Amino acid sequence: MTAIAATLRSELIGLGGIVERNVYLTKRYFLWDLAFMVWTIANTLTIVFIARAVHLPQAQENILATELLVGAVIWAFLGIIFEFLTETVAWERWEGTIEYTFMAPLSRSMHLGGMGVFAVLYGLIRATILFFVVAAFIGIHMPDANFGAALALLGIASFSFIGIGMMTSVLPLISPEKGAQLGFVMQGMMLVVSGVYYPVSVMPHWMQAIAKVSPATYALRGDRASIVRGAGLAWADVWPLLIIAVVAIPLGLAIFKRGERYAKKHGKLKRSG
Amino acid sequence: MSSGAVSTSVSTSVPSDVLAVEVTDLRKEFRRRDRRAGRFVRRRMPALNGVSFTMKRGECVAILGQNGSGKSTLVRLLSTLLIHDGGEARIFGHDAFHETRAVQRLVNRVSVEASFFKKMSAAENLSYAARFYGLGPAQTRDKIPEILGRVGFPADRRGESMENLSRGMQQKVALARALLTSPVLLLLDEPTTGLDPRSKLEVQEFIKEVRIEHDATILLCTHDMLEAESLADRVGLLDRGELLFLEPVDAVKKRYGVDTLEQAFFAATGREFEAEADEDDEIREVFG
Repeated sequence: MTAIAATLRSELIGLGGIVERNVYLTKRYFLWDLAFMVWTIANTLTIVFIARAVHLPQAQENILATELLVGAVIWAFLGIIFEFLTETVAWERWEGTIEYTFMAPLSRSMHLGGMGVFAVLYGLIRATILFFVVAAFIGIHMPDANFGAALALLGIASFSFIGIGMMTSVLPLISPEKGAQLGFVMQGMMLVVSGVYYPVSVMPHWMQAIAKVSPATYALRGDRASIVRGAGLAWADVWPLLIIAVVAIPLGLAIFKRGERYAKKHGKLKRSG
Repeated sequence: MSSGAVSTSVSTSVPSDVLAVEVTDLRKEFRRRDRRAGRFVRRRMPALNGVSFTMKRGECVAILGQNGSGKSTLVRLLSTLLIHDGGEARIFGHDAFHETRAVQRLVNRVSVEASFFKKMSAAENLSYAARFYGLGPAQTRDKIPEILGRVGFPADRRGESMENLSRGMQQKVALARALLTSPVLLLLDEPTTGLDPRSKLEVQEFIKEVRIEHDATILLCTHDMLEAESLADRVGLLDRGELLFLEPVDAVKKRYGVDTLEQAFFAATGREFEAEADEDDEIREVFG
């Protein structure tokens, strides 16, 4: 029992180390982060202003603007999680630390878990800032919004996002040149089928079928309901997210471990440059 | 560089009667993509070809070889960063390819490139590396300044970004990183290549010191023959993936009837020993 406790302690320290490193890097790259935030705000404004252009009655325009904003914020949030997880390998390869990290006695679940934990925390802070800055700029009214439920659902969705992010994080490991880009392709595909700026019902049937297994579908639907209508956490949105997470996290880890084995076999676990 | 004891909790848990390194008929090859007559062809390139040797605990062994000889492949295999194609490697009795976690706890390395997060400081990089080995903030708070002091790193530069430090300074931090986790097997892959003469001497002195005070077994891969001669108990020659000999320096000279290791290289291979410039050993092995 003591040995198990010691191992668990050591693993959690390792997970904390990943979070700690990302905090250091965020501090060092603060100005870059600030610029990225401004870019994201500008990008989101270009989407939310569409609500003004369609000349709807005031109340409907407000609802459309809110729904677009939720879509853009979740896109940004998901983008951060995918970026962090997909670039787990790419960053280390670029900095040259990849060999030191992969020869350390830390389980891959804690390694990727640490990236996921930081990505969720960082993504939530960015999403919150983005949401309120754009809402204030456009002048969106959300008198019924249930922010607590929206945040809680995003938190639950994060587990399945992390699981899918783990699957894509293997790509830069097996393809140093194209892997990161393929991760972004995956992110885009997921949002397209999940109804990021439109209802899932407007898509072809085959895309609607794929939407059912995308966690973003439930996150978008639930968060829109909470912010526009003030709905609480709906079990209909929660259970699919939990099931996807339970499947996606172990599957993501298994895929990553397989990719790591491939990289070790073919000598791809090395720095670039 | 000042001396001082750093805890060796890992070393005390390793049985003393087991060989530190036991490599038997180790083989590794890479597939290389070549363009011939306008078509890409995959070729198998042997990087290590039936390498066998042992190391006793506390021993320092130097493996000499030119770029592309297989030195880095050997280090990466023993570091659990590569999967072999045949043979066996054991570190303190643990199979390097099947008991990777146990091996990873015992081994650390310093490579030719210092390899750090360049925007982070020395202290932050060490802290990050230490966490992977289960060392929490309470353990590293004192240990990091102490070990940086040991390698002669100025206290007032601990918070400075790595990108502002000289190569020699970065390599000292790399040594500190390796020692921070108290490894019982230290793999040094060209640790002084590219350093100025003063930094090179300092690093070499520190390696000697570590060996005496730290109870560490050291495998040094280098193409610097003088360095090998001054640091190692035995010297081996890896040439085109094959270990031609591994003996004390005097025995090597006697075997070939020569006065220097350079002459011994010529006698063993029929070629001059020249450091090939601008060609990374691993790149050549993997990508050609």
